[in-house]
Amino acid sequence: MRLEVEITGKTFRSATSGTHEVLAPLKFALHSGEVGVLIGPSGCGKSTMLRIILGLDHEFQGRIARPPQARIGMVFQEPRLLPWRSVEQNVRLAAPDVTDAKLSELFRILELEAHRSHFPGELSLGLARRVALARAFAVEPDLLVLDEPLASLDDALAGRLRDEIATLVASRPVMTLLVTHSLDDAVRLGDRLFFLSPRPARILAEVPIAIPRDARADAEIAAIKAGLARRIQGEQGDERAGRDVS
Amino acid sequence: MLRLLSFALFLLIWWIAALFVGGAKLPSPPAVLEVMIAEASSGALFLHLGATLARVALAFVLAMSLGSAIGYLMGRVRLADKLGDPWLILLLNLPALVVIVLAYIWAGLTEAAAIAAIAINKLPTAVVTLREGTRALDRSLDEMASVFAMPRWRAFRHVVLPQLAPYIAAAARSGLSLVWKIVLVAELLGRPNGVGFEIGVAFQLFDTPRLLAYSLTFAAVVLVIETLLVQPFEARATRWRPRAA
Repeated sequence: MRLEVEITGKTFRSATSGTHEVLAPLKFALHSGEVGVLIGPSGCGKSTMLRIILGLDHEFQGRIARPPQARIGMVFQEPRLLPWRSVEQNVRLAAPDVTDAKLSELFRILELEAHRSHFPGELSLGLARRVALARAFAVEPDLLVLDEPLASLDDALAGRLRDEIATLVASRPVMTLLVTHSLDDAVRLGDRLFFLSPRPARILAEVPIAIPRDARADAEIAAIKAGLARRIQGEQGDERAGRDVS
Repeated sequence: MLRLLSFALFLLIWWIAALFVGGAKLPSPPAVLEVMIAEASSGALFLHLGATLARVALAFVLAMSLGSAIGYLMGRVRLADKLGDPWLILLLNLPALVVIVLAYIWAGLTEAAAIAAIAINKLPTAVVTLREGTRALDRSLDEMASVFAMPRWRAFRHVVLPQLAPYIAAAARSGLSLVWKIVLVAELLGRPNGVGFEIGVAFQLFDTPRLLAYSLTFAAVVLVIETLLVQPFEARATRWRPRAA
């Protein structure tokens, strides 16, 4: 399976001041088993891009190719749970085919066993995010989209959830698209990193990470980050130089 | 306990007032109870009450289901809202009496005319409430349902309907109280039975005990239905919400 994204442009019409360009032409592809990471400044159009890829927004120029039968698991920025259904029902409604064993395993990994029958209003944000993760994984997705799933969580919890995501991603072949602005998350989880420019977003650089995810110890991660930092600085330098010339 | 006390206070005030005003204008509670028992034992009370309740039930179900469907459509589809809005404003401001009289003139003094007239009176408020509820639906949850490819019916049942439930409950509540009032007018004007008809007869004979016997029994039935049916439904529809302090 393969996800191909080729957006040639997306403009947004605002009520007051005409049209804004949200996305510049951009193109990338993702294969099964790969984790692609979109990294960019806030407000650069990442969420707009995700909405287009998910088929929620049809008003754009370009083409999205994903297998029509591909099952999608999505973790939105906010948990987006149904407040009037219990934790277990929330997961089962999105994933009616999930087996009891699979569900128990997911709840065990995400430490949600004690909260099965709770309503989302009774959960902390961290717990609600884990339910959203459980829901996305329960559908056994072919395409998993994570929109800043670890934002606004404390470091310890974010670290644990990141490990859980890595475990779950490794357990089956799935195309994963992660949006984040944490370089640390990107380097720990990603196979290929796409650095986006400020609005209108375009891909500044595509950086593959060759070391397999589970072989990345702290030393390797520090090295990759240092390399990236040099690269980003270099590119920003180039861009500045280019602007100076023009 | 407090409710009982409050009820006892009401009876007491009534009784005292009856002593001052005199039995012809305001009969005392025992006098009214006597008429109630007489009417009940002859079976007339239940017959009239039953006829009225059947009309209420039919008109209510008709208006609620039609009104909810139209309100949902108007909340979802802009065109439907634009087309339907003038009609809605007209219906909302049309006096109940006009609708009832016109229905009897056009369709004759029939059961169908009475029920249709009551339903038309209740319809616009249900439409307005449900349209508001539909407009307030959480788009982000719709998106969630669409991304997870929930089938339409499942999404409607688990994502949309629970959001509409408080609005449906509110529409049912206000609608029922409206129907209770209008049904008696419709019966008074053109039906040969029902509580409204009996009240009309009592009015013509200036028979205050009979008037009070029928209207109070009717009020008691309304109270029982409100507490046993409507309130539990409302509580259930909003049970996932944290209680207000």
